[in-house]
Amino acid sequence: MTNTNGHIMQIRGLKTYFPIRRGVFSRVRGWVRAVDDIDLDIPRGQTLGLVGESGCGKTTLGRTILRLIPATAGEVHFDGQSVFDADRRSLRNLRRQMQIIFQDPVGSLNPRMTVEAIVGEPLKVHRLARGRALRQKVADLLQRVGLSPRYLNRYPHEFSGGQRQRIGIARALALEPRLIVCDEPVSSLDVSIQAQILNLLADLQDQLGLSYLFIAHNLAVVEHFSAQVAVMYLGQIVERAWADELYRNPAHPYTRTLLSAIPLPDPHIRRDRLSVPDEISPAPPAGCPFYPRCPQSQDHCRVHRPSLQEISPGHFLACPLEK
Amino acid sequence: MAEATIDTSESTPVPTVVGSSFWRRFRKNIPSLIALVVLILLFAVGLSYWILHLSGVHWPADPNQPDPPAQFTPPSVGHPLGTDDLGRDVLARVLLATHISLLIGFIAVGISVVIGVTLGSISGYFGGWIDAIIMRFVDIMLSIPTFFLVLTVAALVRPNIWYIAIVIGLTRWMATSRLVRAEFLTLRETDYVQAARATGAPHLRIIFRHILPNALPPVFVSAVLGVAGAILYEASLSYLGFGVQPPDPSWGNIIAGGKQYILDAWWLIVFPGMAIFITTLAFYLTGEGMRIALDPKETKQI
Repeated sequence: MTNTNGHIMQIRGLKTYFPIRRGVFSRVRGWVRAVDDIDLDIPRGQTLGLVGESGCGKTTLGRTILRLIPATAGEVHFDGQSVFDADRRSLRNLRRQMQIIFQDPVGSLNPRMTVEAIVGEPLKVHRLARGRALRQKVADLLQRVGLSPRYLNRYPHEFSGGQRQRIGIARALALEPRLIVCDEPVSSLDVSIQAQILNLLADLQDQLGLSYLFIAHNLAVVEHFSAQVAVMYLGQIVERAWADELYRNPAHPYTRTLLSAIPLPDPHIRRDRLSVPDEISPAPPAGCPFYPRCPQSQDHCRVHRPSLQEISPGHFLACPLEK
Repeated sequence: MAEATIDTSESTPVPTVVGSSFWRRFRKNIPSLIALVVLILLFAVGLSYWILHLSGVHWPADPNQPDPPAQFTPPSVGHPLGTDDLGRDVLARVLLATHISLLIGFIAVGISVVIGVTLGSISGYFGGWIDAIIMRFVDIMLSIPTFFLVLTVAALVRPNIWYIAIVIGLTRWMATSRLVRAEFLTLRETDYVQAARATGAPHLRIIFRHILPNALPPVFVSAVLGVAGAILYEASLSYLGFGVQPPDPSWGNIIAGGKQYILDAWWLIVFPGMAIFITTLAFYLTGEGMRIALDPKETKQI
């Protein structure tokens, strides 16, 4: 951890495995390697996009670095301070600085709490405000995310999806965090609303100097939003680059497939769609995780496990074909 | 703020089951609505008859005052439900027993809900070996034939209402604890609980503010059904002579006292039996109506 200036969070060798338990005595019969040896840096004041298909472990990664899911191995440093080694007091302090926004605007708000109680809870937990000051602070937060303070006493079910997502953002902002994990914040919204929420997040980043880990399953959403993009496949990072470089020169076959899946706005233009088998079949234990689906796979991909190599400045690739 | 518009064009909010919508849905279930009205009447009658009895007002006669010349009077104007072997008025005894049954039912369920919710919450929230220990304890409790345990204990002590209620409550909390545990296991993983954890909220706050309020509705349903079970339990105990002790009337012991005269004085069995039947049915139907009103899957059909 020599240089922490450019990065607000550094992830080294992170592993999150879930045990598969079977039988009467729930013996551990195997492990799901949701996050499998990942190194990643989140740039300060910027956005790192994390892209991959459902089940690739990106949500697990996002929750592990916030210590919501216990890590199996590895280290995460926030501003030079270890997240996993933090004791109660320093963890409490860390939590003020790292927050999360969820995908599901319905499930992320307690249906039995008013907007005031939901957005004000972090302030109460950290004893930052109470009584009228708390109410005023919550009203300010609502205004900040484009909601009227009139809504203070309403319940989540009285709002639409986009409005609920704004409430979730207001809650994440309450502690004035420096890093926000955005776990597919627009995936369940209508396209028109997606743009509004993305604009809101971008404005907030400019105004408050926030850093984002922006998780998505769609490269198009990440494209205009992220400074850097990391592509994740089966628990591993397969490619990482500056956003414009990744879109111009995608190097990994999986990244190319993801890019070719972005729909074009003009129906008369046809893009050559690259396709891979739908099913995620188990990768050979020694080889490349993408081997069974890769259109360019060769024999030596079966045995050679790739690691991230810098193929051009700032552009990292994990592909056995790259030598 | 570059972007301060409030989007109104989005899809309409999904209705969720809270507050007034519960009542709106419950109302549509006619049998349950009738059952609820019956329950309210039962409460009113049981409570007012008890108060009148305590203040010395008796109708149609003193329930505990033997009147030998009037023994085995069939239902008539003076004794609408007849009299028993000691000439006591059956209607008066059935009415006085109402408050005893309801009292025992509610105290027993109150105790079982407190134990069940506490253990179920701890078990579901903390998981791991704590969960394993509590759930094995539940398994052990479930494998004990509690009715015979209660009979054995009752044989050693002279039972009174409180004692019976406590014993019933102590042996009927297991289903509640499993229910609460299951709710906790589900709710613990919700995003709003994760959000609370991410802000550093302490365990007690997460349990009491976020999980418990959302876990309780099914507990209410099982509690209402549990009252019916507890009333039946009390009636069985009293019938066997280990529950409410004569001369205090209980539906169970009125039937027990009348069983040897069943061929000559049917009213001694039929009327307290009907009281048990109507009361438990009313509780079951009310509980069932609550369950349907709370079940989100029933939304589309109504």
